[in-house]
Amino acid sequence: MDLDPVLLARIQFAFTVTFHIIFPSFTIGLSAYIATLGVMWLRTDDERYHRLMRFWTKIFAVSFAMGVVSGIVLSYQFGTNWSRFSVVAGNVVGPLIGYEVLTAFFLEATFLGILLFGFNRVPPWLYVLSAAIVATGTAMSAFWILSANSWMQTPTGHEVRDGIAYPVDWLTIVFNPSFPYRLAHMLNAAYLTTGFVVIAVGARYLLAGKHIEDAKVMLQMGIGLMAILAPLQLFVGDQHGLNTLKYQPIKVAAMEGHWDGSKPADFHIFAWPDEKAERNWFEISIPHGSSLILTHSWDGLVPGLKSVPPDQRPPLLNVFFGFRIMLAVGFYMIAAALFGVFLWWRDRLFDTDWYLRILSMTWWTGFVGVIAGWVVTESGRQPWLVHDILRTADAISPVPATSLLGTLALFVVCYGIVFSMGIYYINRLINKGPEGRALEEPEGLPSRPLTGAEGAARDAIGQRG
Amino acid sequence: MEWYLPVIWAALIGVAVAMYVILDGFDLGIGALFPFARNEMQRDQMMRSVAPFWDGNETWLVLGGGGLLVAFPTAYAIIMPAMYLPVIVMLLALVFRGVAFEFRLVSESKSWWNFAFTFGSVLAAFSQGVILGGLIQGIKVENGQFAGGHFDWATPFTYLCGAALVAGYALLGATWLIMKTEGEVAVRARSQAKILLLVVLLFMAAVSLYTPLAFERIAQRWFSLPNFYYLWPVPLLTALLAYALWRWLEQRRDVLPFVTTIGLFFLGYIGLVISSFPYLVPPSLTIWDTAAVPASQIFMLIGTVFLLPIILGYVIFIYWLFRGKVKEGESYH
Repeated sequence: MDLDPVLLARIQFAFTVTFHIIFPSFTIGLSAYIATLGVMWLRTDDERYHRLMRFWTKIFAVSFAMGVVSGIVLSYQFGTNWSRFSVVAGNVVGPLIGYEVLTAFFLEATFLGILLFGFNRVPPWLYVLSAAIVATGTAMSAFWILSANSWMQTPTGHEVRDGIAYPVDWLTIVFNPSFPYRLAHMLNAAYLTTGFVVIAVGARYLLAGKHIEDAKVMLQMGIGLMAILAPLQLFVGDQHGLNTLKYQPIKVAAMEGHWDGSKPADFHIFAWPDEKAERNWFEISIPHGSSLILTHSWDGLVPGLKSVPPDQRPPLLNVFFGFRIMLAVGFYMIAAALFGVFLWWRDRLFDTDWYLRILSMTWWTGFVGVIAGWVVTESGRQPWLVHDILRTADAISPVPATSLLGTLALFVVCYGIVFSMGIYYINRLINKGPEGRALEEPEGLPSRPLTGAEGAARDAIGQRG
Repeated sequence: MEWYLPVIWAALIGVAVAMYVILDGFDLGIGALFPFARNEMQRDQMMRSVAPFWDGNETWLVLGGGGLLVAFPTAYAIIMPAMYLPVIVMLLALVFRGVAFEFRLVSESKSWWNFAFTFGSVLAAFSQGVILGGLIQGIKVENGQFAGGHFDWATPFTYLCGAALVAGYALLGATWLIMKTEGEVAVRARSQAKILLLVVLLFMAAVSLYTPLAFERIAQRWFSLPNFYYLWPVPLLTALLAYALWRWLEQRRDVLPFVTTIGLFFLGYIGLVISSFPYLVPPSLTIWDTAAVPASQIFMLIGTVFLLPIILGYVIFIYWLFRGKVKEGESYH
């Protein structure tokens, strides 16, 4: 079998971007959390906030380093793997990425130096301000990169001459139709991702009977925020879905596994879409479910996959199952957060062991949700790279398949080493826990058997990741 | 009518690349000098001297690459595939040395990450030299697309450039250490700087002799009249600066050697620009051939005019904040 350069370039890009997305989705939320802890520390002078701030900053440093280096790779891959993309869309996408560098990257990278090394050199307010600036930088970075990505999904504000996109109206380009929904959805996802890591670490410490005071703060701050953001995400995601229905109906048809647009759509809780037979197997469905969700009427029509020829349809299994994984994660988050609030109200939040155990084991949910969501939105755009303007297959660089295969292998090996070590080190930092003055560990909590605690701790974060 | 826009952008990208070479140059150079440290404490000290800055330094590389995509998308689309392998190798090398900063702190066996730091730094520097050399020797272009072979970049000349850049960065790193550290590390850096200066001069001479001999267009540029009258100060100044650097190293100056090394880099850079301008993809495409449409260049320029001074402001602020020498055994975080 001949090697297909387009497929290899796609696998390579998918691989590097999937690894990359893990870190921003964590650091966007974590930097905001660190800045929040900083502000609370300044306002209350409570040592716990300061200790937690320093603790999470160490973890942030390791994650951020991995995010930066994997991000630099991406910024060059537009040229190395997708040089036709640079020519066709460079006039429009280039400046958006340029603004990301100017408004976000320098800000983050420079003030991170103060956050990591400046504690003894700057007054506390400037130290906390640096944390806030880093957080702002990460959010601005998301702003621009999602603007660029959204333009590729729902391009507006440009005109195409001789196959090349020229900018006409920058405001319309930046604030293209799907951008607000995508930005809100992604930022919220980042905060949820971090929130569940923080909650998991808090739960892990409580189960292990160490860093009790810090763990309580983490758990309460986390549960409180997640109880608001997780349901909010359902609403934002729903709005985003309606937007997608309007601009990329075939993507929605693929998400729903809906073939025949002339009938009301059921919502398939599970099904196995068969692209050849153009139907689903093993359907478990809610009758008229999708019609209700998407059109708010019992018999509303939702576009079907059969309305376009097979070569215009996205890879179905990725989109269909990606969407269901994302939904499952989302509903888990809502349930976990709301139940936490219930326990809090009953004053049982810190000693309901089974609940803490579940929390401590589900630190990864946000990451899986984010990756699944990206699979849905990026696979769902296929076969287009820039919707209706440039097909993925036409965007490829003149690079031979063997080079692509060789560098793909290099990426897999190098990323495998670097990122598994990174996760291992993050886990080590978490095991070590917040440091500072010897803690006044309350006697009230029963100490747990060491073996059990270690097991739970190992399960909680990272060692499998 | 907007003929000047590509010139402004070429200048801006030129500045970004120069900033990158100088700033990341010294911290990559420290990677190259890492194996010569006596013990972990000295390695900590060396790393501590660049730890607050390296992240920001590397961002200039993204600005250089990103700027190329913004202002000259066609050039970006030709250079990247042409330099495919050295670019990917450089990126992976930067991955390893970048994470080494943080991983070294939390790992039990530092030696592995010491190696990753050194190996990544040297390999990244070497790849950058190869890419630079590949640009100087020219890229084959047909119909606005890269049309050469995938190992066109791999010539003795590009390897020479790669080695030259490693030596140059190491010299920057050594003079940085003279300025920013105390004790044995600084003493050793001073003797290393002298050796490296000689090596760098050798490489500069080799590249300066080789390029006009091998590339007709570069010989034309330098040795035709009246160009020759205007250009002879470049090599002369280089020689003067090199002599001054040697003297200041002997006189145990702290700051001047680093500044002088930057001057040497600057002159070498000017030399390269003189050799190639206005070609962005030598020998066929100029900055005007590859420029983005004016609407894109202007949109980006407006932001750059406002943001670049701000960026420079806080970059200077952080260098000022972490001024002074790093002592032996100074704790890391």
